[in-house]
Order: sequence, then structure tokens, then C-alpha cells
Amino acid sequence: MSRRQRVGLFGAAAVVAAGLWCWGAWGLPGFGHYPGPYGQLINQLVVGQRHTTDAVTAVNFDYRGLDTIGEEFILFVSALGASVLLRVLRREHLRRRPVRGVAREAPQTSEAVRLAGIMLVAPGVVLGLYVVTHGQLTPGGGFQGGVILAAVGFAVFLTGRRLDLRRILPRHLSEAGHSLGAAGFVAVGLATLALGAAFLQNILPLGATAQLDSAGFIPIVSALIGLEVACALLLIASEFLLQAEEVEDQGEQRR
Amino acid sequence: MTVVPGFLPYALGGWLFLIGLYGVITSRNLIHQVICLSVVQTSTYVVILAVGYRAGAAAPIFYDIPNRVPAVDPVVAALTLTDVVVEATVTAVLLALAVQAQKRFQSLDPERLSPLRG
Repeated sequence: MSRRQRVGLFGAAAVVAAGLWCWGAWGLPGFGHYPGPYGQLINQLVVGQRHTTDAVTAVNFDYRGLDTIGEEFILFVSALGASVLLRVLRREHLRRRPVRGVAREAPQTSEAVRLAGIMLVAPGVVLGLYVVTHGQLTPGGGFQGGVILAAVGFAVFLTGRRLDLRRILPRHLSEAGHSLGAAGFVAVGLATLALGAAFLQNILPLGATAQLDSAGFIPIVSALIGLEVACALLLIASEFLLQAEEVEDQGEQRR
Repeated sequence: MTVVPGFLPYALGGWLFLIGLYGVITSRNLIHQVICLSVVQTSTYVVILAVGYRAGAAAPIFYDIPNRVPAVDPVVAALTLTDVVVEATVTAVLLALAVQAQKRFQSLDPERLSPLRG
């Protein structure tokens, strides 16, 4: 199909889709006129029921915990998928050292970037752990904090002269952390089953509201997810960097 | 109270969806195409967050406000978090495919990719 035909077909389909969207959105309540009872119910009940002041975290890890397990496994499988897609193929081999003068080699890092990167490491780790552990109190939780912790890995990477994230987090550690995080959430669910409650029922003592050790198992689950997200992101990023740096096509080399 | 017309977020969501799709269809570079797909996914954030918004309401964090204060819907905020995670993972896998396409065909142009061979 030629480009023009394709754009024409898209134009016709877009007009139909826009019409359907207008038809579908017509009866929706206007912006700012929230109709549904669920959000209001959770907002009123969450502090009393779960001793959790961040309603979003309570929904994610407790009320809707089973869905979050699915979400966590999406992340797990996609990190796995990226690793498999970026594996070292049969006709490729790992270069021992970067070849000088190739375009793919990383430019020398400036001293300013290195200094800024080093200065970001400690505050980044503290902020990441804070966000992971305070998910039940204030905005945050495992997903957000995990991304910050992975970003610390990238800051370290920026300060280095070589493109190797495996020095920051060795491969077996990131794989173990990523699997432990995914398995741990399921294990929490199975533990609640073994104790005679429903799957992922929050049976731990809820503690005093607005304290760090409140909200039952939510901080535990949040920490497990933080571990998984940080490790999965570093794993994916290290796979990409390995491609840029070290994998080289032998077929290409012979030419 | 709000200055945003009631239909605007829905119109914005629809527009983001279509403009992203247009980018996916006309793109000549796989990386650009993946970013266009992210634009398509952005449309869902706008729509579901708009559905949960209450005019003048607070964020659903009751750390320093009593829970009688009207707050926006936390369920759609949690759904948006799921959506962001899914977008990030889809992007990672598609970029990995783009790396392999570049290796096999020496090109990132989707029109230069030949059909798969077994």
C-alpha cells in the first residue's frame, strides 16, 4: 500500500473514530462533576478501614491488590522479554574492550557531569527509600520509589567512563531482586491464605494512623515492588547498554 | 467554578489518540514510532483522570486534611499508575525490537523491513 493510500485510509478511519468517540463521550459527566460513588466511598473509608492516609496506595496495594500483582507481572515479563530480545545472538560475540574511534563509543564525561552525578547519588538513594517506605502516608510507593532508585543507578552510570551498568548492579543481583520482588507479593497473598484469610486480605496489625509502621502489609508490599521496579529498570537499561557497547555482529566485521 | 469547559479533557484525549495514531502510521523511524505510540497511550491518562476529577477537590491524601474534605477519585489515579507502568514496559520491549530490526536490516525505516522469514 502506498503512503498516500495509507494516509487516506487513516483519514477516513479517523473521521469515523472521532465520530464514535464524540457519540460515546457525549453522555459523560462534564469535567469536574464527578458522579461515581466509588472514589467518595474509598476516600471516606480508607483512613478508618486501613489506617492509610494515601488513598491511591491503599487502592493499589490493598483493595485492588490482585490487579497490582498482574501489573507487577507485566513488568516482570517485559523485563524478561527485553532480555530475550537483546540476548547475544549466535553470530554475535562480546567485545572485550570498546574499539577506539567508533561512533558508538561513549564520549568522555565532563568533570561537571561527574561531580553532579556523584552528588546526586546519596540524596537519590535517601529520596528513593523515603518514597518507597512512605507510600502509605504521602504520595509515593513502590513503583515511584523504585523508579527513583533506578535513576540513581543511571546517575552513577553518567559519572563513569564506561557504559556498563553491571558494575553498579551485577546481573545476578538485579535478576534476583527483580524475581524476589515479583514472587514476594504473591508470597504475601499466599501467606494470608495460609493464615485462613482471603487472598491478600490485610490481616497484619494496622498500627496508628499516619505512622510509618501503619497500614498492615502495605509497607511490605510497597518495599517488594520498589525492589522489583528498581531491579527491572536497571536490568532493561543494562541490556540496552550492553547492545550499544559490547555486542558486535561478526558478519558485519568480516565485511 | 472551573474555567475548563466540561468537554475539553475528552476532546483532548480523542485528539491525542488520533494524532498519535497518525504518527504511528506515517512514521519513517521505528524509535519515532514507539514515541508516537506513547502519545496514543497518553490519551487514556487524560480521559480517566478527567473522569475522576471533582471541581475544587483536594488530592486523595488524608495525611494533613480530615477525610471529610472532598477529594478526587483515588481509583482512577491508581488506574493511571497501572497505565504508566504498562506504557513503560511496552516501550522497553518495542525498543528492544527496534534494536534487533536495525541489526537485521541495517535500517530503522518500517517500510524497509522485509517480511519475517522462519
